[in-house]
Amino acid sequence: MSDLTLNGIRVEDTFAEAFDVAGTAIVVTNDTAKWAMIAATTMTGFATSVIGCGAEAGIDAELSPEETPDGRPGVRILLFGFEPNGLKEQLLKRVGQCILTCPGTACFAGVEGPTKIKLGGAIRYFGDGFAIAKRLPDHTGKMRRYWRIPVMDGEFLCEDSVRAVDGAVGGGNLLFLGRNHAETLKVAEVAVEAAKAIPGAILPFPGGIVRSGSKVGARTKGMMASTNDAYCPTLKGRAGSALPAECGVVLEIVIDALTSQGVSDSMRAALHAATEVGAQHGLVAITAGNYGGNLGRHHYRLRDLLEKNPAVKETEA
Amino acid sequence: MSVLSLRQAPPERLDFLNIAPATLAALSQGEAERLPIGTTRRGLVLGDCFQVSLDGGDSLTIEGGHERLDRVGAALGQGTIRVVGDVGQRLGEGMAGGTLTVTGNAGPYAGTGATGGTITIEGDAGDHAGGAVYAAKAGLDGATLIVKGTAGRHLGDRMRRGLILVERAGDHAGSRMIAGTIAAGSVGDHPGFGMRRGTLLLGSHGRLTPTFVETGTHDLVFLRLLARSLQRLSPRHAEIAAGPLRRYSGDLATIAKGEIWAAA
Repeated sequence: MSDLTLNGIRVEDTFAEAFDVAGTAIVVTNDTAKWAMIAATTMTGFATSVIGCGAEAGIDAELSPEETPDGRPGVRILLFGFEPNGLKEQLLKRVGQCILTCPGTACFAGVEGPTKIKLGGAIRYFGDGFAIAKRLPDHTGKMRRYWRIPVMDGEFLCEDSVRAVDGAVGGGNLLFLGRNHAETLKVAEVAVEAAKAIPGAILPFPGGIVRSGSKVGARTKGMMASTNDAYCPTLKGRAGSALPAECGVVLEIVIDALTSQGVSDSMRAALHAATEVGAQHGLVAITAGNYGGNLGRHHYRLRDLLEKNPAVKETEA
Repeated sequence: MSVLSLRQAPPERLDFLNIAPATLAALSQGEAERLPIGTTRRGLVLGDCFQVSLDGGDSLTIEGGHERLDRVGAALGQGTIRVVGDVGQRLGEGMAGGTLTVTGNAGPYAGTGATGGTITIEGDAGDHAGGAVYAAKAGLDGATLIVKGTAGRHLGDRMRRGLILVERAGDHAGSRMIAGTIAAGSVGDHPGFGMRRGTLLLGSHGRLTPTFVETGTHDLVFLRLLARSLQRLSPRHAEIAAGPLRRYSGDLATIAKGEIWAAA
């Protein structure tokens, strides 16, 4: 039993184990914020887990017209994959099926990085030879290349290429051990809002929350992952259960970010926000998921996140 | 800042290909004065025509221009050249970077083959500004050419990349364009004649070639980006891009991926 507490809530002395991933960001704009959000929501659908969906994606921020390249309302989307090639494939599919198709949208690179991913330069083939490339300076004077693809509402403008960053991390997490579903969900929701507020971090699961936390492998042959039985309340009392008697539900948040610092900041914000409201919602404890420390290079110790604004101590395995 | 002061009107055309700030910075006063700039068997050198004052910096001023000064700023890679007066043909030919400014007028073929940097002509430019010289594949090829006065005919002929901003231009602006962008307050007849790709943004224009077809008015994201990019260089041209525009597609005699945006 951990002797760590934060705002009166027990915090297990463990760590979240996270992985190096390939990450990129795009900015999607539209004539109205509503339609920019529709495009972004569509593109980030079915993107909860790289294993099952091919990518993890989420909405990083809503952007005002002053913050976008074309002066229209926009949304910044983050997309993560295991490696750059897989990320490229997912990016092309999702932009091709969800952004190109959405009335009024345009698509721009949302982050600088060392790895180039051809985006507009690939989607242009939809233009069947009628697409036009234009090189124009952005607000800093840097030349950028765009593709203008004729579509039925005018043109789909898409930046020729976007960039994948080095140092993106996926799989930061926190588990909230509560007494009942409704109250624990409220705690998790508060944590999600705090975690999302960190720039460059997303929570890819539904509403940012996952109830089917998993462990590596399974008793069934061929299954890569299976339910995290140690945290299933209906399996309490068995050997291997990690739940105290009073815990009736566990909800998890998973965080991906363009930087390790982003994961750390996001986890810290979520931890503090959850514990601040935890007592009133019957929160029992907060812990984190790991695989023994052997799979992921990034370890975020909850002990190091207890201070609200300290120097970050992320340990590399 | 190094300064070349013209002593008197040159007796022949002078070639400034080898006169760049970086070149002069590596030379002594005597060596600089012996740089050949003549184009006949007379063997003129820099010191014959100019009083030379060097400081080793990356900025050069040519005081006293003349329409016989050809290829000023040609192949400039970095630094600044300012000409107080007129220049001859092929200003900034093949220029790759830096800044080139002429306070007077320029002869034909200004900016031909220039791949980078900014060329500003505060007076008028001759024919074929940003255009290809004979047998060359392309005219302006990535640089920015600004003409604050009037450019002659065939502005941006076979231009391949980059931006030309002019107040006025003659007939056949953007003829045979390969790609790139030309923004002009007004142009003469037949803009975009034979253009393959590229964009002409025109405040007003003369007769259009019949091989252009009107596609109507469109509110495109591209126009927003174009207006924003022009704003830094010329708010007047940015205003044209942001205003109501009619689009013509052409030249249908070629692959027809070019466009003329004309103020409506």
